[in-house]
Amino acid sequence: MNVIEEGNGELVGWEHPDDARQWMAEEKSRAFEDKRMTAAEAVDAYVEDGDLIAGGGFGHVRISTPILHEIIRQDVTDLVVSGKTAVFDLDLLIGAGQVAGVEVAYSFGHETRGLAPASRRKVESGEVEVVAEASNGALQWRFLAASMGIPFVPARIMAGTETFEKSSAKVVEDPWSGERITLVPACYPDVAAIHVSKADRYGNAVIDGIAVEDPQLAGAAKRLLVTAEEIVDTEEIRADPDATDIPFFQVDAVVEAPYGSHPGEMPRRYYFDEEHLAEWIELSETEEGAREYVEGYVTGTDDFREYLEAVGGEEKLAELEAIERYEREADYPWA
Amino acid sequence: MTAEYTDTELLTTVASKILEDERTVMVGTGMPMLAAMLAQRTHAPDVTLVYEAGGIGADAPALPVSVGDERTFHRALTAAGMHEVMSYGQAGLIDYGFLGGAQIDRYGNLNSTVIGDWESPAVRFPGSGGANDIGSWANETIIAMRQREQSFVEELDFRTTPGYLDGPGAREEAGLPRETGPSRVITQLGVYRFDEDTREMTLDALHPGVELEEIHEHSGFEIHVPDDYGRSPEPTDEELRLLREEIDPRGIIR
Repeated sequence: MNVIEEGNGELVGWEHPDDARQWMAEEKSRAFEDKRMTAAEAVDAYVEDGDLIAGGGFGHVRISTPILHEIIRQDVTDLVVSGKTAVFDLDLLIGAGQVAGVEVAYSFGHETRGLAPASRRKVESGEVEVVAEASNGALQWRFLAASMGIPFVPARIMAGTETFEKSSAKVVEDPWSGERITLVPACYPDVAAIHVSKADRYGNAVIDGIAVEDPQLAGAAKRLLVTAEEIVDTEEIRADPDATDIPFFQVDAVVEAPYGSHPGEMPRRYYFDEEHLAEWIELSETEEGAREYVEGYVTGTDDFREYLEAVGGEEKLAELEAIERYEREADYPWA
Repeated sequence: MTAEYTDTELLTTVASKILEDERTVMVGTGMPMLAAMLAQRTHAPDVTLVYEAGGIGADAPALPVSVGDERTFHRALTAAGMHEVMSYGQAGLIDYGFLGGAQIDRYGNLNSTVIGDWESPAVRFPGSGGANDIGSWANETIIAMRQREQSFVEELDFRTTPGYLDGPGAREEAGLPRETGPSRVITQLGVYRFDEDTREMTLDALHPGVELEEIHEHSGFEIHVPDDYGRSPEPTDEELRLLREEIDPRGIIR
């Protein structure tokens, strides 16, 4: 195939499809085995310094905070993060000093709430490197290619821009039309953490509402850590197989984590903790403030249960549930 | 006599009127949500709101703060995912894309990535997100941004999202779908379109009370002014009431 143009961004997460197939064949169990463990055990077993990691959900929605916290507690460092609308999760990891590089589709911001002080500071100073640019479409199609076991996916995006120039994509001559077409390469993250509505002990997982790009990411990840609001019996999965978004044989660890997306939203369960997000945004204006947050809420707590107590416990969580059910209005301290 | 209104309210009502009924519109966080929801409540009850994270046709009692939160698929027609939505758009089913940016050039190319050098930026912004995708394949792209000499520039610091690239025919040459590209730019001063021959930004309408000189003073490049440009209508009392009392009563987006 005739390559016309090449992006010069770093090609992260790429593997020969046969090497990836071999990994999937050898490392992913097809046995019905109980994969339940704690977040601490999951991170200890499956996350290593220098890994390329990706989180499920979107922005502050349905993020896997228990895994995030354990990465910080266990001081896993030099991570490269897939910035697929990674915002609070990435910002906290950067603020805590665990991140060396990011492939960016959308990062360093908090959507409506404004830009993210901690990660902007570290990227502007060069402490954290942007290794490649991408668009949201490009990243989700990178995962799609990996999940399909093919080396790339053609897409009609990024052409003619510097987003392309700083990406890992290539433009080739379409063998049928003879015109230019962008190819985005497969991406196999070393580890992905996806928070779901419910899962059984084997890892069959259900996401209520939009799945974002999690099914593709689940299929692309070499190690997949699933945290779930609740662990249910497999009979409940079998009763409604349409609802399953991630099958058990893609999953390596299952962690029971009620309120696991806090301070993010868990659709149909609880709303964003805007007060807590505002506290992080304000504290992370300075290096000392970011450290104070991490010491107060992450390394200063033993586990996620203790963290939930520290952020307001049952009373606060009930409030966030009421907002999600439209029974009371949200406060927007940043507005 | 119309009540006092803010720049955002004016942008919102002008943008809203561009959206035709029975079309699909991809909405990003902020003003586009207001404009699309206002269109639904006025002239376009059957405009379908699409969010890039997967929600299609939501009917939410409150404004989303993220393009992925529950309000983007509350009572929706489909709660899909990003792959589906991006594919629908790439296949030609998304009529309007709504984008903003830190910088724009005369061809409607947008920068939402960095100010300064990419390697060591003075300011780092979030990057493309879905903008490059939407700007690549939406049947029409509507751009809404604040107009200043520093944001309407001769040369972008970084070309995040394609407008008409370097001029006529450049999009098609690059491999982007034909008959796509920016159709309107809406600022606090006026509405612009892109000349069919040159693909350069051209005045379409001035907002109420704005003098022609102001659009030149607030641009780093020459904006073409045809003889027959129009005037945007002021927001009506009913539009302002809908925005303030029903769509965004908490004033999250100002």
